[in-house]
Amino acid sequence: MKKYLLPAIKLTLLSIILLSGIYTLISLGIAQAMPDNGKGQKITQNNKIYYANIGQSFTNDQYFWSRPSAVAYNAAGSSGSNKGPTNPEYLQTVQARIDTFLVHNPGIEKSQIPVDLVTASGSGLDPDISIEAATVQIKRISKIRNIPEKEIKQLIDRNIEKPLLGLFGPDKINVLKLNLALDILDQSL
Amino acid sequence: MNTEILGIIAMFVITLLLALPLGKYIARVYNGDQTLLDPIFNPLERLFFKISGINPYQEWSWQKNMIALLAINFVWFLLGMFILMNMSWLPLNPDHNPSQSAHLAFNTTISFLVNCNLQHYSGESGVSYLGQLYLMFLQFASAATGMAAAVTLFRALRKGTHKTLGNFFNDYLRSCTRILLPLSFIMSILLMFSGTPMTLEGKQQMISLQGDTTQVSTGPVAAFVAIKHLGTNGGGFFGANSAHPLENPTYFTNMLEMIAQMLIPFAMVFAFGYFIQRKKLSWVIFGVMTFGFLALAIPNVIMESQGNPIITQMGINNELGNMEGKEIRIGAPASGYWSIATTVISTGSVNSMHDSFMPLSGMNQLLAMMTNSFFGGVGVGILNYFIFIILAVFISGLMVGRTPEFLGKKIEAREMKIAMIIALLHPFLILAGTAMASSFPLYTASTLNNPGFHGFSEMLYEYTSSAANNGSGFEGLGDNTPWWNISTGFVLIFGRFLPIIGPVAIAGILGAKKYIPESVGTLQTDTATFGFMTLAVIVILAALAFFPVLTLGPIAEFFSIH
Repeated sequence: MKKYLLPAIKLTLLSIILLSGIYTLISLGIAQAMPDNGKGQKITQNNKIYYANIGQSFTNDQYFWSRPSAVAYNAAGSSGSNKGPTNPEYLQTVQARIDTFLVHNPGIEKSQIPVDLVTASGSGLDPDISIEAATVQIKRISKIRNIPEKEIKQLIDRNIEKPLLGLFGPDKINVLKLNLALDILDQSL
Repeated sequence: MNTEILGIIAMFVITLLLALPLGKYIARVYNGDQTLLDPIFNPLERLFFKISGINPYQEWSWQKNMIALLAINFVWFLLGMFILMNMSWLPLNPDHNPSQSAHLAFNTTISFLVNCNLQHYSGESGVSYLGQLYLMFLQFASAATGMAAAVTLFRALRKGTHKTLGNFFNDYLRSCTRILLPLSFIMSILLMFSGTPMTLEGKQQMISLQGDTTQVSTGPVAAFVAIKHLGTNGGGFFGANSAHPLENPTYFTNMLEMIAQMLIPFAMVFAFGYFIQRKKLSWVIFGVMTFGFLALAIPNVIMESQGNPIITQMGINNELGNMEGKEIRIGAPASGYWSIATTVISTGSVNSMHDSFMPLSGMNQLLAMMTNSFFGGVGVGILNYFIFIILAVFISGLMVGRTPEFLGKKIEAREMKIAMIIALLHPFLILAGTAMASSFPLYTASTLNNPGFHGFSEMLYEYTSSAANNGSGFEGLGDNTPWWNISTGFVLIFGRFLPIIGPVAIAGILGAKKYIPESVGTLQTDTATFGFMTLAVIVILAALAFFPVLTLGPIAEFFSIH
């Protein structure tokens, strides 16, 4: 064993220089050439900067709501609820979210609420919602902001992100981008 | 056809198309043939060996190779303990994260050392960037260790008699420089293009559109996530692993990470065939592995797409499927597929929270780790499968009344004893661990996140994941306690090194034996019949060992709904 230890120590140190050092430094260098310098994609509006991929908490009725989150959209951490599918406490939480949604969205049938609006995401930072989740909120936002439902529907359609190459994966909407566009639409009216 | 299903099919097909040429390349690398990267890495490797005082051309017996493997792993362990327990004052710690406690550092170091990445901490608050970079080194090193061990076995199974089986240090370094590093580099760049951060800045403040003040963790993520998948390590940079929108920002990165983690396990099967010049055998092995994988993956895609029947009864629109713990940009079908890919190949990286999967989906994840031989982790997957080949050869030899032989070598009592011990070790570690955890509720009951059958599944999953060196978890489990850190730490050590040494020992013994040319009396091992036989051995062993414990967890939970 001893005969192997000294070569092992030296080989380890050299490997660390290559694999943790040089590889990281070259990657960091390449990141400088990327948009946003490898610090995460950003969106700027009204001189405020947001991370495009980090979901935000939207609880005000005048904005499209995002999904429930186990970490309240604080990206200092990340986590799902890790509740099992038969956990009674979890099922009560889901029921309560359905009830809350119905209170804030009069005129909406229970069967119109899509499941993503009442279940917590895996990271707690999900930036997206489904098309159904945006559509079901049109009525509320139209009433509060006094914008015709048709215009909000068009806004949603413009913000749908199609599957990769039109072939792979689901349709989705980035809630932050949708709400930023909603603010602009509201101001222009 | 549905774009989500099409995405899954594309992920599988692209992996296969890339794995075929990569397998050929890997075989060339270990054979010492000329390859594309020679001009860059030949001088570098020579320099490394010169400084380290290693002669890479000196071939060793299997015993010496295993000693070298253990020696260098021991060095990595000591260094890891030191760094993780002293991160608070060491450099590259912009967020002032604390050092880890001794038992957490023990668990973390071991689990990265053994290619498991169990992670009883969260990346955002539990390690500094220096810690992350050392763990990233271990992700390279542990993957290369597995590949070097597999190559030792390949060398022993070539035609002829072989007493020396290459040089471990050489195979380790070449795995890093020729295979893992170049692929990681390409992937790291693709991830950066897609919005994965690569920076040394600490947490940034962000005021949301609604006016809430929050923090955003970033870091050198892209480089880390690349090797995390290519080396089937699975340790996430962030707590939420590949569900995190910076670690896996788009459906494209999801496909990329999915393909990356299955690529080398696929390619190693083909490399085996090229290396020992028995391509048909590697197709038979690939066929069995693919069958096992799909038999678990397809039901999960269906069950997760159908969603939770209790929530359907609440009367809402449940068409998206079981979305608890899942991300919209990935969707339920691709999450279901990933959940089995990551458990059969021992990556353990997750893009959705396994704790919130439907009961039988959870069971399939457990079964994927319990069989632990469909593709498996880089290198070690094929070692695990080799044990089942030996068992299948022996049993079919008995059935047809022929001497058990594999690739021209007689299989005798000693090899069979080792194979049986290794085959039984895995269920023993899982069942004994779970039994102990259930017997001491004082230490474990308060760590469960869910009541009833599901809580039991959380404990079972933790030991299964440890024994299979997988690293995923039913993450609701509050696992940063001395009980979990220490008990799973030991399961990890036994579940790693014995299943490496055992198969290599068998191969080493076989390699030294006289080569008997095939005759009409030889049992053919590269046929569909023999493939089916191996599959039967895997299924019967898993069913006998694990059916009782599964009835107590996921199966009982399933019947509580229906």
